[in-house]
Amino acid sequence: MIVPLEHVIILSIIIFSIGIMGVLFRKNVIIIFMSIELMLNAVNLSLVGFSRYYNSVDGQVFVFLVMTLAAAEVAVGLAIIVSLFRNKQTINIDEINILRG
Amino acid sequence: MTAALFYFIACLTIISALFVVLNRNPVYSAVMLVFCFFSLAALYVLLEAYFVAVLEIIVYAGAIMVLFLFVIMLINVGKEIAATSIIVKAKVLPFVLVVLFSLNIILLILWRNEGLHQSNTISSVGSIIAIGQALFTKYLLPFEIASLLLLVALIGTVYLAKKRVL
Repeated sequence: MIVPLEHVIILSIIIFSIGIMGVLFRKNVIIIFMSIELMLNAVNLSLVGFSRYYNSVDGQVFVFLVMTLAAAEVAVGLAIIVSLFRNKQTINIDEINILRG
Repeated sequence: MTAALFYFIACLTIISALFVVLNRNPVYSAVMLVFCFFSLAALYVLLEAYFVAVLEIIVYAGAIMVLFLFVIMLINVGKEIAATSIIVKAKVLPFVLVVLFSLNIILLILWRNEGLHQSNTISSVGSIIAIGQALFTKYLLPFEIASLLLLVALIGTVYLAKKRVL
């Protein structure tokens, strides 16, 4: 392994935290979705790192499954965003408050 | 040499991820996200996960980002860019909590007693043969369930995209 496993995990944590920041601080639903993709990719990176560390293929199979899940999630989520925009004419999450959350 | 390359690409990944979150224009965010995916694919190559690297480029940078750009095109977000502010003043607490969370994990990893010993063996787990064998023998049921998940997502998307919904 070219770098210690710790550094891969730390990089993964940094990207994951950036994704959390995006979900917490941005108001645009599309940017929030991109941040969720960033978080999924951070988890993928740590899975690949562990797979390489333990010389086991299982981590990469999990990455495959996570990618499948991300594709499904993005397709459904973007369809929801489009139909939301069709109904409310906005994608700002502060204006989408019919549940009074 | 390859370690330096790893750290360089890691810095590129972090910077592009920051640009994704901090950019005002969603189109620029999408482009930076593509850049982030490409650098992540480079990191996978350096970690000898070649199949995952190719999959990252095909699935994420190819399919998912095209979907994102189509939706950005469909809903005309250009007008609202000026109205939404990026820095929200009243959100100090979540920021502190996220930083504390990540610092907590980093310190837990760095201050372990025994430390993770380094494995230097040549790996063959990144090849398509190994992944395919694992996927079709040990992980056959999750593989089939993933295809079912994709089918459900397909049907759900078609239903949501119809005219009269909600």
